Amino acid sequence: MNKALDMITRVRGVRGAMLVSAEDGLVVAEQLMEGIKGPAVAALAASLAGRLRRAMDAAGTGAAVFWHLQAEQGALLVVPGTGLLVVAVAEPDVNIGLVRLELLRAAEAMV
Amino acid sequence: MDEIRALSAQLAQDPQSLVFLRLGEALRRKGQLEQALRVAVNGLERHPHLADAHDLYARILTDKHDYERAFDEWDMAVRIAPHHTGALKGLAFLYFKVGDIEQAEAHLAAAKRVEPDDPTLDQAFDMIRGGVKAPPSPPPQSPPPAPPQSPTLDEARVFAGLEGADEGLLLVDGAGRVLGGALRDRAGADVTDSVAAYLAGVSQEAARTAKLLGLGAWNGLSSEGEHGNVHLAHPTPQALLLVVRERGMPLGRLAILAQRATIMARRWLERQ
Repeated sequence: MNKALDMITRVRGVRGAMLVSAEDGLVVAEQLMEGIKGPAVAALAASLAGRLRRAMDAAGTGAAVFWHLQAEQGALLVVPGTGLLVVAVAEPDVNIGLVRLELLRAAEAMV
Repeated sequence: MDEIRALSAQLAQDPQSLVFLRLGEALRRKGQLEQALRVAVNGLERHPHLADAHDLYARILTDKHDYERAFDEWDMAVRIAPHHTGALKGLAFLYFKVGDIEQAEAHLAAAKRVEPDDPTLDQAFDMIRGGVKAPPSPPPQSPPPAPPQSPTLDEARVFAGLEGADEGLLLVDGAGRVLGGALRDRAGADVTDSVAAYLAGVSQEAARTAKLLGLGAWNGLSSEGEHGNVHLAHPTPQALLLVVRERGMPLGRLAILAQRATIMARRWLERQ
């Protein structure tokens, strides 16, 4: 678990990574830089993931494989796995494609 | 005042202690809101995951009539500790203030399940039910009434000329009402209204997530689905734009398309 998170946090611009229980938004494992509120990130990511899933189901696009929230000062990147969310918090100029790959790898390793 | 002095001394001796909760509350009760605020903020910096600290901060913000931030703090407290009755009561109070009686009652009911013998909950229920019949005073920060839909609204024009204007582009207002565009699922069924209804919640959650993570305002949300990709953007703070395309369209290209649609939607909204 920690090795998978290690690979994500090694990507330049990633400020932290965590595994979150999709059902209740609790932290399962985390590697976060100082100042990031792990439980809050986990709760919010799980809540947003749930809402997004319902909207995407209604739109007929199927379950989300990867999503990312872009904001002025950073991004939240998420890969939903089986019962878990693999989450990364990143700087605004991070290489999204690279983080996506590492998140997908981590999700695969969790299966 | 002796109590405040004693608590201040205790906190000075051990800044990591939780005595800031009692000190902040004592200051709040005395009406010394600025000092209370400083104590609460300092406490939160040391104990960011303590629901009681968010609850204290929210109570002070409420006394300062900063209801929006108070809502965020109580909301955070409940996320950290879902059975925090103080935060549940606080949220109920704020919902009541904006006239959302249903949500106010739901939060009080949740608190009641945790503390069935709390007499203040019965009083709050009585007040809310009384308020339904005859509100004591107009809530100071009620949300503005939703603007009526313009009868001249020509939905098709919003994205005129843009690819997928009537099957993969949707513009909704903050309450999830369709302003323009349309959506069809893979079978060709019209899913415009059902998706619009869910989108209102997504937009609010995205804004709250970005704000609480200290990421600033959110610009967009891209998602790869099993059968299609979507991009969300907000042309104005109230409106939300959704672009849906088949899986083959890369997220980067989808974001460019969404950018164009956002500009068109913004111009269209300005003209309304």
